[in-house]
Amino acid sequence: MAGEGDLDDVTVIVPAFNEATSIGAVVAELRTVFPHVVVVDDGSTDATADLARTAGASVVQHPINLGAGAAVQTGFDYVRHQTSSRICVTFDADGQHLTSDAVHLVDALRSSNADVALGTRFVAATSQIPTVRRLVLRAGGVFTRITTQARVSDPHNGLRAFRTDALSAISLRQSGMAHASELHNQIAAARLRFVEVPTTVLYTDYSRSKGQPSMNAVNIVFDLALAKLRA
Amino acid sequence: MLIKILLIVGVTGSAVFALRGAQNPTSRALRRIAALCFAVGGTLSVLFPDGVTWLAERVGVGRGTDLVLYALVIAFLFTAIGLYQRVQHLEERLTRLTRTVALREAGEHHVNGD
Repeated sequence: MAGEGDLDDVTVIVPAFNEATSIGAVVAELRTVFPHVVVVDDGSTDATADLARTAGASVVQHPINLGAGAAVQTGFDYVRHQTSSRICVTFDADGQHLTSDAVHLVDALRSSNADVALGTRFVAATSQIPTVRRLVLRAGGVFTRITTQARVSDPHNGLRAFRTDALSAISLRQSGMAHASELHNQIAAARLRFVEVPTTVLYTDYSRSKGQPSMNAVNIVFDLALAKLRA
Repeated sequence: MLIKILLIVGVTGSAVFALRGAQNPTSRALRRIAALCFAVGGTLSVLFPDGVTWLAERVGVGRGTDLVLYALVIAFLFTAIGLYQRVQHLEERLTRLTRTVALREAGEHHVNGD
C-alpha cells in the first residue's frame, strides 16, 4: 500500500455531468489520499463545478455537454499538457468506486511494468451486481473481446489507471459510452501492457438512478458498427 | 431485369460512396454532376411525361411513376447518408473546439493562482 506522499505524482480524473448530489463527497474522499484531483465538468447545469472546487478539486469545464467519452479524453489531455503527473486514474463521479481501489490500481501499476491498470468487477468477489446488469455487462464484455484483441473481463468499468506517457496512444473519438470499447481497441492496437485489478462497485440507489439504462448497450453496438464503416 | 441491377448498384453505390468518401474534390464533383443530372431529368420528365413511361419500360419497370419513386429512394439515400456524415464531422470539430476552450480556461485559472 502506497503512503500518502507517494501519490503526489498521480492525478485523479473525475468526469462529471450533473452530479451535484455526489460530487462533493466523492472529491472530498479522494482528496484525503490524493493531492491532485481534476473534475471534468461536462457542461453540467447544476452546481457540480462549484461543489467540486469547494471540495478541493481543480475543475475543467466543457462549455457544452459532449458525453462521457469526450470528458475522459479532456481529462487525459489535461494531465498530459497541464500537469507533471506520471500516473492518472479515472474515477466515476457517482460514488460507485472506492478510493482505496484507486490506490490499489496505482500500486498495481507501480509494482508491474504495465502501462494500464483496469478495474474489474468479475475477477474476485465484489458487491452484489443486479442480475440484469450483470448479464448486460457480461454480454458487453464478450462483444468487446470478439471485436478487439484485448482480453478484458470488465471493459465497462470506469475505474482505470494509466501511465501518462502511454496516453499518447489514446485518442477517443467516441463521445458517448462506446468510448470504453474504443479505449480497449486502442490499448490493444498500441500493444500497451495492462493488468486487471479486482475492484468493488457499490450499487447504491443513487448510482443506479444515475447510471445508464441497460438498453444503452444497443446504442453502443450501433455507434461502434457505424464507426467501423466510417473508418 | 435491368431495373434490379440499376437499383442494387445505386443503393450499394450510394452507401459505399457516402460512407467511405471523404470531403474531397472528386466526391464533391460527383455529387454536383448527380445533382445536375437530377435537375435535367426532372425537367425532361415534366416536359415529356410519356418519356418517363417509355424509359421505365426500357429498364423493366411497369409504370413511369414507379421509376420516379425508385429514383427518389436512391436520391434520398444519398442525401441522408451525406448529411449524417456532415453532422458527424461537425460534432468532431465541435468536440475539439469545446475541449480546447475548456483546457485553455483551466490553464488561465492556474496562472492566476485560482
